[in-house]
Amino acid sequence: MDVFLSLKAYYWAYRYTGLTSLALVVLTTALALVRPRLLSVIIDSVLIEGRYERLPALAFWVFGAAVLQGACHYGRTYLGHVFGANVVSELRNGLYKRLQSLSFSYFDTARTGDLMARLTGDVEVFRQFLAFGMAGLLEFILMVSLGLIMMAGLDWRLTLVSIIFMPFLAALTIRFHHVIHPAFTHLREAMSDMSTAVQESITGIRTVKSFAREPQQIALLRERIETFVARHMGMTVIWSRFFPVMELLGHLSVVVLLLYGGMQAISGRISVGTLVAFFQLIWMIIGPVRQLGYQINNYTQSLAAGERLLEVLTTPRTVRNRPHAAPLDSMQGHVVFENVSFAYDKKHLVLEDVSLDVKPGMTVGIIGATGSGKSTLVSLIGRYYDVTKGRVLIDGRDVRDITLESLRRQIGIVFQDTFLFSTTIRENIAFARREATDAEIEAAARLADAHDFIMETKDGYQTLVGERGLGLSGGQKQRLAIARAVLAQPRILILDDATASVDMETEYAIQEALRAMPQQCTKFIIAHRISSVKDADLIIVLDHGRIVEQGKHERLLALNGVYRSIYDVQYQDDPTKSVTATPAVSDPAM
Amino acid sequence: MKVSSSATHTENVPKDKHEAQAASSPARDVTQRFVYPDDRNMERPFDSRQLVRLLGFMRPYRRLGVTALLLTMLGTAANLATPYLLKLSLDMFDPTIRIMGHQQLRSQLIVYTGLLAACYLILFLSSRKRIVVTNLLGQYVLRDVRQTLYAHVQHLSFDFFDKRSAGSIMVRIINDVNSLQELFTNGVIQSLMDVFLLFGIAGIMFSMNVKLALAAMLVVPIMVVLSTKMRITVRRAWREVRKRSARINSHLNEAIQGMRVTQAFVQEEENQIFADHLNNDYRQTMIRTSKMADLLNPLITITGGLGVCLVYWYGASLYRQGEILLGTVYAFAAYQGRFWEPITRLGNLYNQLLQAMASSERIFEILDTQPTVTERVNVVILPQVQGKVVYDHVSFAYTAGKPTLQDVCLEVEPGQTIALVGQTGSGKTTFVNLLCRFYDVTGGRILIDGHDVRDVALPSLRSQIGVVLQDTYLFSGTIMENLRFGRLDATDEEVMAAAKAIGAHEFIQELPQGYQTQVSERGSGISLGQRQLLSFARAVLADPRILILDEATASIDTETEKQVQAALAKLLEGRTSFVVAHRLSTIRNADCILVMDHGRIVQKGTHDELMRQLGIYRDLVTAQYRFIA
Repeated sequence: MDVFLSLKAYYWAYRYTGLTSLALVVLTTALALVRPRLLSVIIDSVLIEGRYERLPALAFWVFGAAVLQGACHYGRTYLGHVFGANVVSELRNGLYKRLQSLSFSYFDTARTGDLMARLTGDVEVFRQFLAFGMAGLLEFILMVSLGLIMMAGLDWRLTLVSIIFMPFLAALTIRFHHVIHPAFTHLREAMSDMSTAVQESITGIRTVKSFAREPQQIALLRERIETFVARHMGMTVIWSRFFPVMELLGHLSVVVLLLYGGMQAISGRISVGTLVAFFQLIWMIIGPVRQLGYQINNYTQSLAAGERLLEVLTTPRTVRNRPHAAPLDSMQGHVVFENVSFAYDKKHLVLEDVSLDVKPGMTVGIIGATGSGKSTLVSLIGRYYDVTKGRVLIDGRDVRDITLESLRRQIGIVFQDTFLFSTTIRENIAFARREATDAEIEAAARLADAHDFIMETKDGYQTLVGERGLGLSGGQKQRLAIARAVLAQPRILILDDATASVDMETEYAIQEALRAMPQQCTKFIIAHRISSVKDADLIIVLDHGRIVEQGKHERLLALNGVYRSIYDVQYQDDPTKSVTATPAVSDPAM
Repeated sequence: MKVSSSATHTENVPKDKHEAQAASSPARDVTQRFVYPDDRNMERPFDSRQLVRLLGFMRPYRRLGVTALLLTMLGTAANLATPYLLKLSLDMFDPTIRIMGHQQLRSQLIVYTGLLAACYLILFLSSRKRIVVTNLLGQYVLRDVRQTLYAHVQHLSFDFFDKRSAGSIMVRIINDVNSLQELFTNGVIQSLMDVFLLFGIAGIMFSMNVKLALAAMLVVPIMVVLSTKMRITVRRAWREVRKRSARINSHLNEAIQGMRVTQAFVQEEENQIFADHLNNDYRQTMIRTSKMADLLNPLITITGGLGVCLVYWYGASLYRQGEILLGTVYAFAAYQGRFWEPITRLGNLYNQLLQAMASSERIFEILDTQPTVTERVNVVILPQVQGKVVYDHVSFAYTAGKPTLQDVCLEVEPGQTIALVGQTGSGKTTFVNLLCRFYDVTGGRILIDGHDVRDVALPSLRSQIGVVLQDTYLFSGTIMENLRFGRLDATDEEVMAAAKAIGAHEFIQELPQGYQTQVSERGSGISLGQRQLLSFARAVLADPRILILDEATASIDTETEKQVQAALAKLLEGRTSFVVAHRLSTIRNADCILVMDHGRIVQKGTHDELMRQLGIYRDLVTAQYRFIA
């Protein structure tokens, strides 16, 4: 119950809706029990005793009870839905807000699949419980207790006889849900294995075909399908073992009722009407009892779901505004690293004692092996993470003393793995500045050498991209991401391996355009290719979290160190050395 | 596709800033910030031919089907008999005919009770068996549909995959087949039974008393309307809710994946506004829908109540006139209650059919797509390849009238390395794709050791040509399994030898579980260069006589660059190779460089020869080096 208390904030505003719905459950249940009672009166008093003058009123009440029951039922389900929809909206809202405020480090370790399962599956389980689960449990309790009271009021001995199988039925249904659940999880796993096999062989179809491996792929899927079928049948067998028995237990009650009740009626100890009422009442109890396992299961699941949601809702925010943080207006772009060290986990340092002074407007090239700390270094500028030791200063102020909003608004970044949202190309470019004019957007696209390919798509800037939109190549995505960063009018621009998938000529064109950007902007460029960084004002070579070499291209070449050896691998045999260079191709775009 | 409305009028560039904002303000609407196209069409009109074709998949299992039908019939009959037995028992208490003595009544009651128990026992046994049989039937049919579909897709040619996203093919093999499950498991058998059940109930009612039966049937039309017309409306309304819920989920998924971008550009508030909008849309649709949809069950309750009321009232008066016995009144109420289920289910079946139509249409669309590259009738197995390749006036067009390759001629001796150079779209990749017959030439022919590639069996052709693609695809599984993809019967030692030969062994050894490290399509701590080494090792293991290599343009880690270059040299050794080349070192060492432009070979020769000519090649090379000079 702690879970429900902790989540109180999300449903308290709607408590009256929820409570009214529950109150109507009581009425609905009570009204459902009216009909069997009326039938017994009709049989005993009207048919057997011949008091036909009572018939119109009784028949009217049969209908009247149904109408009332229908009306209450409507109110109950409708209000239940309203309650569920409202609470789930609040909950989603809270989750979304929390997620947006969580730091990069959270998303580094959180798996999208797991988070999505919580945000969709768990939220839905919770909604179902609020909308029907609670009402279901209440209905079970009411139906069974009111039904028993009514039966006992008619004849207590007959009541005892007819409910003799109920405990078995209840135990069986609980046991059933206990067993079927793991089987269902198994089935889902088999389903997901099957989907994975299909997905992989379709995405990798070119590899499959070029090795002529179609038969093996077909065999693999057959195997997965057979597993799926086997699991499904395993579940079916459980179902077939339990379900008919549960049905039979209910039926046995009817048999016993007929035998014992019939004997009683023959000897006149009970009326025929009572017997008939029992035939109807017994089903009203059997139904809910058979649902008991489901209800309990539903309850435990919603508890677990609620717990998982709470976990997300209470995840601490690591990077947040300090109390005295002030905005930094019109950043100059002077970036200083002062003995900065950083570790993602407590154990090993990704950056160690890095010091760096980047004057406004400078271009810094960063080069180094995978894992040498290049991306980490630039992530500290926009405070995507907080330094473990030392300080990062912008325009002389510690980034932790600047409000996150004003800091990040003036930084444009292109991440290593380009992410585009499912929307138009235009919206993607204008992501950071939706108020940008078409002319500005086009200019940014031209700068990133993206305008031409955009115009070749069917709807130009209105073409949908992302998950379900037009598939773009890696290089095209990168160019859109560059346009997005440029349009943000940043004072610091960070390109994290942002031109890895574009060819050299295009990269060259983009770099030229960046150089010509009107406003002053400090640039950090992470790259693998020497050609990407060689014109930088400062080149940093990182190795195992330390700056091992820094300076301009020529100076680093002369050092004959790491930079030189990278250069040699990439340009070991410059063919132009042996021949006279012809004028460069004027339009390198394809 | 919401976006289409605002798609057209953003081309004109307004002069003044205010005007600009006004002119394109519809695009600024926050609800347009992200676009999530709704799911595919979920319903199609009924098409009997398609249904017949679909039911054709049940053919091999007709014996199972008949068993299921018989079991269901048995259960239904037993089920139908029970209210009648109760009626007979109650009739004993009818004061008008109470002539038997207590002892007689008791033994009569025992007989009825025994029969009732027997009926329930039959029901028990039959449903136990029926559950297994119907599910078996459904699963077998689904398995066959899926297997057929998948095998068919595997044999389709590249052009099929070019036109569709992997996701859309996935959805058909998984979701569309799944959506047929209910139809095949229960739908077909159950609906036959429901018809039987309806006639059975009606028959029993009419046999008991025609007048009361007619009275009891009065509410049936209301039931039918509720359970077909209204149910469809209700289901469609709920679908609207699900659509909104799916939209929220799409957005959440994306919001999580793109969270870094959102935070880096401080767009949390704007995203929140969008999410609020989606959330409210969901909430309102949900509330609006339940206002209407929640009426269905209460209306059923009320209609049921009306029916019972009619039966009691009219039944009582018939009883008074001595036309019926006491138990009949009860039996009518009981049977009338059972009318609901089959009618509801038949209404549902109709729903299921409409959905099945949409799914099966998409499934059949794929099954009816023929592979464009097919085996000819008299193909021979391509013998051990020597490696002589001839392009004889080859032309190719993906779409008629737009040739990608035009009249290409080339003769390659065994063991030669051919480098293909040229801009994107010049036809390099097409050139090599034709060799493996991923597409068929539209003009001319390609010969390997004198065999036209179209005259040899596809597996014998492709298994002797190794292709290393630009983006290395790793299947989820261990590194060992991924390498073994090159040759399935290779021993662990052979796999490792291949990895060693290519220089991949060292980094594999350094991974947490070495060769047993699990990899997947994305991530898993393997760099681009390392991936490429893995695909080289895969190719070495396959040991093809002809090798096709599409070098990656993506930059490779500086530390693996050296290894890749060494591995490449090793890989090309002694094989006829075609390399779509980007690295100058590869190009330089090629026996022949083909410079492609607009689908034609415009220059051909060795590096030194081509550097001496003024032309595209020389321009390309110098352009690359200008950045460094």
